[in-house]
Amino acid sequence: MDPLAAIKVTFFQECEEQLAELESGLLVMQDGAHDDEMINALFRAVHSIKGGAGTFGLEALVRFAHVFETVLDEMRSGKLPVDANVVAIMLRAADMLADHVRAARDDGSADEERSRAIAGELANLCGISADGPEETVEEIEGLDFVPVAFAFDDAPPPAPLPEPVMDLPEPEPEGPPRETWTIIFKPRAALYASGNETAFLLRELQRLGDMDVTVQASGLPLLQDMDPEEGYLVWTVTLQTAAEETAIREVFEFVDGDCDIEVKSARADASAALDVHALIAMATAASGPAAEAPAMAMPAPAPAIAPAAPEADNSDLMEIIKFIDDAKAAVAADEKGEPLAPPPSSDAGIPAAKAQAAAGGAAAAQAGSGGQPPAGQTIRVDLERVDRLIDLVGELVINQAMLAQRVAECGLARSSSVAIGLDDLEHLTREIQDSVMAIRAQPVKSVFQRMPRLVREVAAMVGKQVRLVTEGEGTEVDKTVIERLTDPITHMIRNAIDHGLEKTEDRIARGKPAEGTVRLAALHRSGRIVIEVSDDGAGINRERVKNSAISKGLIPASADLSDEEIDNLIFMPGFSTAATVSDISGRGVGMDVVKRSIQALGGRITIASEPGKGSTFTLSLPLTLAVLDGMVVSVCGQTLVAPLTGVVETLQPKAGDVRSLGPNGTVIQIRETYLPLIDVGVQLGYRDAPLLPTSGVALLVEGEGGARAALLVDTIQGQRQVVIKSLEANYRKVPGIAGATILGDGRVALILDVDSVLSAKVTEPPRNPTVLAAAG
Amino acid sequence: MSKTVLTVDDSRTMRDMLMLALSDAGFRVVQAVDGVHGLEVLGGEPPDVIVTDINMPRLDGFGFIEAVRKDNRFRAVPILVLTTESDQAKKDRARQAGATGWIVKPFDATKLVAVIRRVAA
Amino acid sequence: MTDPSTNQMADRSELISFRIGAQEFCVDIMSVREIRGWAPATPLPQSPGFIRGVINLRGAVLPIVDLAARLGLPVTEPTARHVIIVARIGTQVVGLLVDAVCDILTVTKDTLQPTPDVACDMTKAFVKGLLAIDGRMISLISLNDVLPDAELEAA
Repeated sequence: MDPLAAIKVTFFQECEEQLAELESGLLVMQDGAHDDEMINALFRAVHSIKGGAGTFGLEALVRFAHVFETVLDEMRSGKLPVDANVVAIMLRAADMLADHVRAARDDGSADEERSRAIAGELANLCGISADGPEETVEEIEGLDFVPVAFAFDDAPPPAPLPEPVMDLPEPEPEGPPRETWTIIFKPRAALYASGNETAFLLRELQRLGDMDVTVQASGLPLLQDMDPEEGYLVWTVTLQTAAEETAIREVFEFVDGDCDIEVKSARADASAALDVHALIAMATAASGPAAEAPAMAMPAPAPAIAPAAPEADNSDLMEIIKFIDDAKAAVAADEKGEPLAPPPSSDAGIPAAKAQAAAGGAAAAQAGSGGQPPAGQTIRVDLERVDRLIDLVGELVINQAMLAQRVAECGLARSSSVAIGLDDLEHLTREIQDSVMAIRAQPVKSVFQRMPRLVREVAAMVGKQVRLVTEGEGTEVDKTVIERLTDPITHMIRNAIDHGLEKTEDRIARGKPAEGTVRLAALHRSGRIVIEVSDDGAGINRERVKNSAISKGLIPASADLSDEEIDNLIFMPGFSTAATVSDISGRGVGMDVVKRSIQALGGRITIASEPGKGSTFTLSLPLTLAVLDGMVVSVCGQTLVAPLTGVVETLQPKAGDVRSLGPNGTVIQIRETYLPLIDVGVQLGYRDAPLLPTSGVALLVEGEGGARAALLVDTIQGQRQVVIKSLEANYRKVPGIAGATILGDGRVALILDVDSVLSAKVTEPPRNPTVLAAAG
Repeated sequence: MSKTVLTVDDSRTMRDMLMLALSDAGFRVVQAVDGVHGLEVLGGEPPDVIVTDINMPRLDGFGFIEAVRKDNRFRAVPILVLTTESDQAKKDRARQAGATGWIVKPFDATKLVAVIRRVAA
Repeated sequence: MTDPSTNQMADRSELISFRIGAQEFCVDIMSVREIRGWAPATPLPQSPGFIRGVINLRGAVLPIVDLAARLGLPVTEPTARHVIIVARIGTQVVGLLVDAVCDILTVTKDTLQPTPDVACDMTKAFVKGLLAIDGRMISLISLNDVLPDAELEAA
């Protein structure tokens, strides 16, 4: 990738970070907390986006960011109060800014009408013009920075100083006519204090054309009156150049106000009639009554002055010499096109300048020693490399297990040195695996920070006042899981706003705050990540849910369900309580789909609800999708892995508990309920005739919609963490199978897809009332 | 011997841009992410020129320049302010703090290098 | 491009030939990754008969196609002497179960004869053409359709 394109990628990454910071800052502000540093940070975020956008010529983005930045600047300077209205507008502006960034990134264009409208709102906050793009762009493009009128690298070295005036009458054959200028320049202490140097200014002028310099030391006070940092010298420069006056003034741009400067055109002075007159005029202006010396011939006169202050701490005198030396060196170096060597200086020399030169040397000597690293250093690594590492470690785990099995097969004692060494290896391997997985772990913040915008949009759409509270943004989970959290969380939040929260008037009528609260939290619990979405709405209307389920034929009218079972009905396929399918939660996606997609990740979702107080959806997911805790079982000589998350308990079926139901159905009684008993061997087509239930083991599993069933397998081998391998990579999806893993013996074992095994049975008509009543 | 430029900017994009432009022009580049970090780096790597942003967390450009100027070793190091701020007030403030000059963003590489050469020994 | 040998190279291809029963087949050597001995495969539920199952190839899960069954010949009863040709088909890697690998052949395009119209549909679907080499008839197999079509099977 060309370096600029790579920087552009960085820019957009950085924009995302800044947008996130902007939004989270505004949200904190919305809660009424803010301080100067926070406002500063917001300003910087927008400012930075604008700066980068300008570099890449992203005009629409620059325009919008500029207005935003201006308003933030007003806020920063205290002219604009931080109130709810302002923050609300800024939040919308932050969303718009995000749209602009993404449009720029994807070479698209943002909604210009909306952009204008929001820019207008912003502008109204502080009475600036929102649609001043011309003005803005002009400013951004730095028209106030007149480009330096020379190309440093390509310019031919200046010709050796000619006899100045004699050339004047003859215009250059090419290029604009040259003119003679007189520049009288008297630096003050402030000029040096800001790191400027007379020598460099002269060097700069030299680049514009042919130059003659004289220095006038008449202003030098007596030694005892001398301020070593003050400038007492007056420099007179005669410059022949084709450059405009602005270019000459430009040289002194940085020292404007720190020196007395006079720029006169000889032509203007002498009516351009005779250049001889111009010369005379110049000479008159330049020559003073006292000591005057052509600068370029300075080395001789200088010692004559120097004795006045032999070895004394008289900086100014030394400075005279140094400036002249520097100026000469600068010119000489320019002619040779070489960088400047640090100017030689005596011990009594000019402290600052010398220190700098010495420091420069030290810097070079230390080359490569590197600066001090900032705290908490991070590196950016291509995700592919991490994925590859994780794959390799997965293979290492398998290999280690294979080795252990081989050794065990050799009949070595557990106390043998080989076996002990293998135990250590296993430990190390696990640790490596954990560490490697930690590399890919990310805080859920990246998902959470998309939600405030969603909440604003959904709230606006349904006309409710909603505030989002987030907790545990720093909770880390594997990237593979992060990527798949967005959809379920999005859906649950939509659901909470649309169905969970009451209408504003209803809330007020019930004595609740008009603004509803949706809480989004993440935490770690027993090796899993738990996401909670709760609202302070009305809670589930169980009467309505139950009636709706009955009218849809999902449960029999006679079903006697617990509150929890009723709540869980909303996860059943085809269930929707909303009287009208709203724009938000509708879209043909019900909670059943959310539940299924979570279960596909080895997760569970549950709901708890309290009438009048609200509902909480709790989502629990494995920390990674790369490994899985499984129960290893045998079926018809095949080894299968059942994800432990789906297994509620295991039991040995007793003859009296198993009943036939219909032509080929079998149910097992577990405590008070009858559950379908599914022979996994038959289900997967390994055998035609089912195993005698009493000779096998039953896994009580829970699947979609909380439906339970018992899976009959031959034997249980044990529990093990396995590395998940995809079947789709080289083949395709296989019904009833979630994936594959590689066992200690090197063979492939299939991972059961509990849900698809269950749904093949459970959805089979006719519905069994007992089963459905149990499905709660 | 190539000159060392210390760039101080909190934006990764800008740091990358500066690195590209300056190293292409033959400068040795040392980078810092904000004013505080800039002062830390400064001690270890005395630069020939400093280029700094104004709006930065922890310590902004003005504060950074003032701190640099207070250190006797760096009284005369050229410091260029790199910023999109183009109004005179900001420039004046930077100069009061001790800035040698400024570069208005978005800069192009030629401008940047020209201005650095203009103020550097 | 002016080099005549380059042109010749374009027409020339290397094939790897193998035996299934009494018949000889070949595939383009460019698609072959490696050749390994038979190892028991883990059967896949609800798969067509020519899918023997999956094996572990250095951490990757590889489906094994019984090429005989795929071509409509009797199903192979694999033994330790049987061979798996690991081949790349598009982005996927599959193992082809065959009786034995015979030869590496270098052929030019013009030696390839069209498949005569005697073959059954299944054979025609996979046999791209015939080669006559040293009195042997070798069928060139196209691997593109060896794996079952997911959508057709699912329907």
